[in-house]
Amino acid sequence: MGRVVLVTGVSRDLGRRSAAALAAAPGVDRVIGVDVSPPRGDMGGVAFVRADIRNPVIAKVIAKEDVDTVVHLSVIATPGTSGGRSTMKELNVIGTMQLLAACQRAPRLDRLVVKSTTTVYGASSRDPAMFTEDTEPRRLPRSGYAKDASEVEAYVRGFARRRPDVRVTMLRCANVVGPHVVSPITSYFRLPVVPTVLGFDPRLQFLHERDLMAVLGHSVTDGAHGTFNVAGAGVVSLSQALRRLGRPSVPLPAAAVGGVGSVLRSARLTEFSPEQVSLLTFGRGVDTTRMRDVLGFEPRYTTASAFADFAAHIAPGPGPGERVVAGLGRVLGAGVPDDLDGPDGPRGSGVPSNAGATRALGRGGRDA
Amino acid sequence: MGDAEIIPIGTRGRPGRGSGTRRPSSAARDLAGPATRRRTTREDAAPDDAVPDDVAPDGAVGEARDLASVPPPDRDVPLAGPGDDATAVEAPDPPGIPAADWLNALVAGAREVLGEDWESRLAHGLAAVRRRLTGEYAVDEYGFDAELTRRLLFAILRPLAEKWFRIEVRGLENIPADGGALVVSNHSGTIPVDGLMTMFSVTEHTGRFLRPLGADLVFRTPIVAGLARKMGATLACTEDAERMLSGGELVGVWPEGFKGIGKPYSERYKLQRFGRGGFVSAAMRTGVPVIPVSVVGAEEIYPLVGNVPALARLLGLPYVPITPLFPLLGPLGLVPLPSKWLIEFGEPVRTDSYGEGAADDPMLVLNVTDQVRETIQQTLYALLMERPSVFG
Repeated sequence: MGRVVLVTGVSRDLGRRSAAALAAAPGVDRVIGVDVSPPRGDMGGVAFVRADIRNPVIAKVIAKEDVDTVVHLSVIATPGTSGGRSTMKELNVIGTMQLLAACQRAPRLDRLVVKSTTTVYGASSRDPAMFTEDTEPRRLPRSGYAKDASEVEAYVRGFARRRPDVRVTMLRCANVVGPHVVSPITSYFRLPVVPTVLGFDPRLQFLHERDLMAVLGHSVTDGAHGTFNVAGAGVVSLSQALRRLGRPSVPLPAAAVGGVGSVLRSARLTEFSPEQVSLLTFGRGVDTTRMRDVLGFEPRYTTASAFADFAAHIAPGPGPGERVVAGLGRVLGAGVPDDLDGPDGPRGSGVPSNAGATRALGRGGRDA
Repeated sequence: MGDAEIIPIGTRGRPGRGSGTRRPSSAARDLAGPATRRRTTREDAAPDDAVPDDVAPDGAVGEARDLASVPPPDRDVPLAGPGDDATAVEAPDPPGIPAADWLNALVAGAREVLGEDWESRLAHGLAAVRRRLTGEYAVDEYGFDAELTRRLLFAILRPLAEKWFRIEVRGLENIPADGGALVVSNHSGTIPVDGLMTMFSVTEHTGRFLRPLGADLVFRTPIVAGLARKMGATLACTEDAERMLSGGELVGVWPEGFKGIGKPYSERYKLQRFGRGGFVSAAMRTGVPVIPVSVVGAEEIYPLVGNVPALARLLGLPYVPITPLFPLLGPLGLVPLPSKWLIEFGEPVRTDSYGEGAADDPMLVLNVTDQVRETIQQTLYALLMERPSVFG
């Protein structure tokens, strides 16, 4: 007999699609999606129950449907349409409390998967290059999403102590990107001119949306007990990401970024929370050794390829600088070979980009 | 030249200056007509004699004619109209340098600068530039950009190291060809130029990159923070040190920190306290050798003779230096004095022979720390004896 999975937070796009992907996963019998508002779009084989997790009614849903696995996706990063910061906090923290209270009273429940975030580590100049799961943040987050997430984690740890028979998998996911993801970081990269913090070049890690769904499915069916960092392999620096995106950027002094952020917020373009500003200043990397060794999950996308997939959907076309260099290469008749002496990578084969270049470079014999 | 005529100035119309925007002044109108007509006819006949000898001695005429040869925008007498035979014959080429000349000049210039195989070199250069512009380069998990470091930073440091400081490097055989090792060096010079020079020398002679560990001030300061990670630096903390060492990197530490780099000139070549020995326990935990390095010469580049503690507190800096040239000479005071440098890599101190819990034995850790410190101090004295003079 397969598993009966309850998924919270299905009204948002990622939650809805994760639930649909879970419903299609082998070993899963039924998936019940729960949220305060109905999802827009195709739910696949997911049964939707309109219920508020801030309300004890969730316990009845769990009992009535014989749920044995709960996937908690309902920790939100931005208030969005749900209201202000207080509503967001209530949804995140009180919602988690109620959900965990209901879970504690559900005898058949034996698995809990919680999607948390690497934001709980914070970002500062005193942080190690790569956070492991045991690293304590240097400064406890004081506000916003990071604080909510760390409180949610504290409640989940408490639940794990009280119900040792339940396998609790906490996934600290890096920033999720993908063609359809709407989040503070993706709307930041969608800005026509991207503000950056002057004099800093943070390291960023990304997780592709498909890998997020894959890791949720993996945690439900195979999984392991514990807390795991989940991110694509490698890091990219912000300047590198913006170059790959072909977007112009404008460096602003750190003090001015907050002001620009509030202007952008009022223009409903993106949200610049304090934790995002510190991420864009100091950057963050997480160590994913435990994800590979203990959880047994391997993301299909690296950080770079996840970002490339995202970039391909939002901004095709080379930047002005690249066009100038390519044009210069054409004028001089030499062509610009793809990657003649690249330090690494699959493109480092030394194959010039076109026949003209081959002739001009006198390396006709090396055409692959 | 007998036809030269005295051109009357301002004899008709309203006197005044032309603004040059809409109508020329009456003076200019008077001048323009006859002057230009003369010019077009004279140029094919006698181009060698621009100003007649017997014009008015005040020189105003010559000036006025120059003015007039530039036509005001709304003149009704066309200067070089399509029907004008003289100008049509005169100027068959479009103005400017032909494109072929540009191309020839570019090719000649490229050959001059890049040598005979300029095409392939240029293609390489363009490929590199394009890779930078499109972000198609790799950084490691600490943000280290090897390409940028090698091509840009070391290219800038090379003349400084070879021509300005004339660095002599010794004991390169003590740097292992592969595997992790911890390079421990003295620190001096007001600005951490010694760190950069050690990094440059290691890469120049062994091909390996020295990965510096920096204080958190480095990662808090704009510009410096952005560059430090690209150059391969990371925060000096146990986690990062052990991670890098167990990853097989050559890691550099300057345990004196700001105490060493910001010490007054009078205390030159006297090692300060070596932190709390954290670097030794990191090396012990990962079992890598400790390589002591002594740098002579960095003390003299910016002799620190004073400090402004109040300003330093205000700016959140460990010190605000006063050197004989800075801030007296302004930005010029930032030019380092050309002292002679000697860098000696000492014999490695092995840490893998100690037992399992050695890193947690404070006495052992402090002893090894002292041993490393003493080695560096004695080598500094020996190198100083060897150096004929500060600028020798």
